[in-house]
Parts: sequence; structure tokens; C-alpha cells
Amino acid sequence: MKQFCVAALLCAVYFGVPRAAAAQPPSVLRWGGDAEGGAPFVEADPNDPRHVVGFDVEVATILAHGLGREPQFVQAGFTSLEASAARGDFDIGLSGIEDTPARRARLAVTIPYYEFRERVTVRKADADRFRSLADLRGRRVATLGATLAYDLLLNAQADDGLVPVTYEDDVHPYSDLALGRVDAVLLDQVLADRGVKRNPSLMNLEKDAGIGHYVGVLAASNGALRDRIDDILRTAMRDGRLESIFRRWGMWNQDQPRLYARLSANQPAPPTGSTAATVDPWTAARRYAPAMLRATLITLALSCVAMLLAVAVGAAIAAGRVYGRPIVRFALTAYVEVVRGTPLLLQLFVIYFGVAAIIDLPALAAALLGLGLNYAAYESEIYRGALEAVPVGQLEAAQALGLGRWQTLWLVRGPQAFRFALAPMTNDFVALLKDSSLVSVITVVELTKQTSIFAANIGSWVVPGAMCAALYLVLSLPLAHAARRIERSWRT
Amino acid sequence: MSVLSVRRLAIERGGRAIVRDLDFSVGSGELVALMGASGSGKTSVLRAIARLDRSAGGQIELQGRVGFVFQFHHLFANMSALANVAVAPVHVLGRSRQEAEVRARVLLTSLGVGDRAEAYPHELSGGEAQRVAIARALAMDPPILLMDEPTASLDPARRGDLAATLIRLAADGRTILMATHDEDFVGACRARVVTIK
Repeated sequence: MKQFCVAALLCAVYFGVPRAAAAQPPSVLRWGGDAEGGAPFVEADPNDPRHVVGFDVEVATILAHGLGREPQFVQAGFTSLEASAARGDFDIGLSGIEDTPARRARLAVTIPYYEFRERVTVRKADADRFRSLADLRGRRVATLGATLAYDLLLNAQADDGLVPVTYEDDVHPYSDLALGRVDAVLLDQVLADRGVKRNPSLMNLEKDAGIGHYVGVLAASNGALRDRIDDILRTAMRDGRLESIFRRWGMWNQDQPRLYARLSANQPAPPTGSTAATVDPWTAARRYAPAMLRATLITLALSCVAMLLAVAVGAAIAAGRVYGRPIVRFALTAYVEVVRGTPLLLQLFVIYFGVAAIIDLPALAAALLGLGLNYAAYESEIYRGALEAVPVGQLEAAQALGLGRWQTLWLVRGPQAFRFALAPMTNDFVALLKDSSLVSVITVVELTKQTSIFAANIGSWVVPGAMCAALYLVLSLPLAHAARRIERSWRT
Repeated sequence: MSVLSVRRLAIERGGRAIVRDLDFSVGSGELVALMGASGSGKTSVLRAIARLDRSAGGQIELQGRVGFVFQFHHLFANMSALANVAVAPVHVLGRSRQEAEVRARVLLTSLGVGDRAEAYPHELSGGEAQRVAIARALAMDPPILLMDEPTASLDPARRGDLAATLIRLAADGRTILMATHDEDFVGACRARVVTIK
């Protein structure tokens, strides 16, 4: 009997406690945002980097307290906020998220809590030439991917022939505009004001290019929580708490009272932006196919030229490390170790953004240089190993015949080392093909970047991901097959 | 007339003296065998004469660059037999490729491997590879041909062939110094013996 009681107690603990806990209302509101986005949205508090500050932080606090909970911040990349909300990584995403038909189709979206205007930013020196998007025909205009501004630029590309250039963050579009790498930036006024403040040579055009709204996003199944949050937002609009937040962050303007009056009267605020999500994925795939194929060609061309550079520089480094004087060997070894010991992403940032004030490289040239010089370090190790694999006896035979060092390298050692190196080189080329996706951080739209834009616009990775994988396989499988054949034929 | 003269030659390996006060000379058209027990320094003496290794002391007097046939031949694996023989005359002596290849074929034919001119080293037998290596060395018209353990990779029948070849080369005026411990082969070649103690 005693044993039965103990077993029953254990069962009660095992099954009962979680049920009791699940029945209790949650004590925190987990909200997702991207602290990399910076002020005034969400950023690490300069005085205490463990905490975040920003208007979205304060809006989240209002929502959490309205629900009787405490806010709990969850870091998520800006472009993955939507997917994370849908997965349930947090209760609500808030980080300057724009209201679009695509989001409304896929997620439970709150009423808007801020209205913004899309601003065109230009260099002050160009103010007379560029007065609207229409004046930027054939010009490069920067923006963030998968935003309302990007949609506007895509439309303007078709209508006015301008060239959209996408960035991963909202700082470098403005610094590149100041440097002359692009001719204008189109982003919302919050980001535009910040960009102009940081770069005194820039100015925002008065005429706006569109209107949009910031909203919170929740998983589609979270409609009930969304409705409660909408009520809390309406109350905060009426009692002035939202106004005081936006005044504190210098964002309050006459657009907000009009928006709040409309929403408090239960009038709709229609979403803006692309309607791509409303078409089925296969139709969207057909529409995006030309762009995907173009991006595939860019990936292929970029990889081929970068590999040629890597082979040439790698061979020179290998020759220097095998034949060079001690100081040359030391310098080349240091180069190889530094390049192999630091991320390619960091190297791309340094080449494109870091040294921009000294050498203003075009994005494609910076991408080629970054990939080529990075892979040169890896290639040089392959070639060095291959050179050292050529039997010493053959080198002595060459010496006995009177062939010089470089003649021996060119006629005897190099050709044999090339045979040893060809299979690993082919493997490296396949790896480079895939690593070329990293250059999207410096505005080059290659296959992976084009895929993420496609996926963000239709709100699903299934079809874009499958198309992207198929295109990469078409590029890489023949190479892998060739490498295996070479290995087999030279083994015999 | 002396083609090679070695005086008081000393060779060290890893700080240990392996050859001391070695004296000998080789006359034009002479066939000489350098003999001694294993580890006595035969190969080291050849390498010092060919300037592949430094000697620790003494003098080596030699006119021009030697021809060297290695124990394991060391043919260039990326070239055919013909290219192995023609490469140095083209790139060291500055001969035309056509002239070098014509002479390479003559040499290969005279050594009995003319029909293997297009074969690559991995397609050759040990005996064939050795004859190609001899042709490669002779293509540079060296004053003396050095051969390291020439019978190491040959069966008895091939040793007889090689002995006949070396006798013929010596009769044609070639000077040959070989390092070997094969007394029967030395006898078959009717070579003069220099012993390292």
C-alpha cells in the first residue's frame, strides 16, 4: 500500500505539475526584435549593454503591462523576424516591421502604431538634379531588401529604369551615398533622418515616395492575443502614452494623430507594398525565374573569376613559401594564417566598407578581390603540399642535368604538382561557388540573395529554396563529377 | 689524360666522417667501379662529384658537368621517355626542340629502347627506365657518366645486357664511374676497381 502511494505521488508529480503550470497565464510577454537595427527602434543601452532601449522597447513594455506581464526581449535578425514569429519563437515581433499585404496574409498583424513616409535621400550637391525617384533613371538607388522601399524601387525600376541596390543594414546605404557609390537612398523617414544626421553632406527630398505603417506580428494562430494587443494599442493611442514615447524619440509628427483618430474610430489603415504573397508560389516562381537565372549567372561569373585570381595568387604564394627567402616565407605564412584565421565575411566588410575612404572599390570588384584573396590562402596550401609531394629524386635529377630552380618548377615540379592539386582544387571551386553567397553583404545580388528576396516577398522558403538548391546543384554537380573522374584516372 | 681527379676527399654525414682521404682519378674512355661495403660512402662520393652534396674537405677536379644515372633512375614522371632525354639539351644547352629530339631518338635507339620513346616512366620496366636514364644523361654530352648501383633493379639477364652496353660506351670514348657492390657485374664489365675502405 505504501509502495502504491509513492507511485501515485510520483505520477502526480510527473503528470500533474506540468498541467498545473500550463494552466497558469504566462508571466512574460516574449517579444522579438533586432538590436542590430539600432536607435530609435531597438538598440543595446550604451550605459548598460545588457538592456535594450528604443521606441519599440517602450511599445513592447506598454503591451506587456497591458496584458499583466513583464516584457522579455528575444534577439532575432530583422529578415527572420517574420519566420520566427510564425514558428512561435516569441509572442510578438516589433522592430519597425512594415504592414504589407504579404504579412497580413501569413501572420496575425496588429493595428499600426506608427505611420511613416518613404524618403529619397540624395547628396546636397545633387539636390537640383534629383528631385524625385523619376529623376534617377539609370542611377543606383540603395535600400534594404524585403521592405516597402524595395518594392517601390522594383516598380520604379520597371517604370523609370533605375537600379535598386540592396543592403543588409541601414547604415551603409547612407555612407555609400556620401562616398558616391550610389546616387540616392530610399528608406522610411525614421532611417532617412538618422542617415542624414550621420552624414552632413546628405539631404532628404521633401516629396515623399510612399506611406507605410509599423505593426506588430504574431503567429497566425495567435489571433486572440493579437485582438487583446490591438485594444491595448488603441487605449495607448487615446491616453497619450504612444504620443509621449514618440515625442521622447523625436518621431512625433502630424501624421500620427490622424492615424490614431482613424484607428480609434475603427476605420481601416490599408497595408502597402507588394502583393506577391497573394499569388500562388508557382506563379511567383515563374515571375522570379528570370531574376533567379540572372543571379545564377552572376554567381557563376563571380566564382570563375575569383577562382582564377585564387589560383594565380595561391600559386605565387606557394612558390614563395617553397623557394623564397626566410623573410618572404615568414610574410607569406603570416598572410595565409591571418586569412584562414578570420571569417570571410569580415574580410569582405573590411575590403568594401573598411577601406572605402582610401580605396573606393565597386561592389563587384570588392567581392572578386575578397573571395579571390581568401581562397588564394587555401589554394596556396594545396599547391605547397602538392609541390612538396613531387619526389626529391626528380628535383636532384633536374639539378644534375643543369636545369635551374625556376626551370625545374616550370618543367618538372609544377606540372606534377598540378596533377596532385587538381582534384582538391575542384572541390575548392565547389566550396567557393557556395561561399560566393556571402558577397550579398556588400550589395552584390547573387543567387542566395536573390532567393532570400524572393522568399521574403512571397513569405515562403519552399519554392525559392528548391529553385535555389536546384540551380546550385546544376552548377556544382558537374564539377564534383569531374573531380571524381580526374581522381580515378590519375590514380591508375 | 685524366677526366676526373679526386684528392684527399672527406665526406661527413650528421657530423660523422664516412669517407676520409680518398684519392683516385679516372682517365678518358675508362670504365671504373667504385666498390666498398654497404655504408662505406660510395653513393656519397658520387653525389659529391656531381655537386648534389657538399664535401667536408679535399679537391675534386672535373671539366664540365657530369651525367648522373640514379639508382632509382628518377625519370620525370610528367614526360615521355623522349621528352626526358630532350628536355635538358633544349633548356640548358639551348638546342632547338627538333634537333634535341632527333638526337634523343638516336640515343634511345642505340641503347635498345627506341621503340619506347613515347612511353611514360610508369609504363617502362626497370631495365628500360635505366636505359632511358642513361640516354638522358648522355644527351648532355658529359665528360663523365656517374652511375649509382646500376644493377640494383635488374635481373641477371639484364645485367649482362647492361655490362655489354657499358663496354660499348667506353669503347666509343665515354668515361664511366659507377658505384656498385656487385663484383660479378664489375668483372663482366672488365672495369678498373677503386675500393673505399
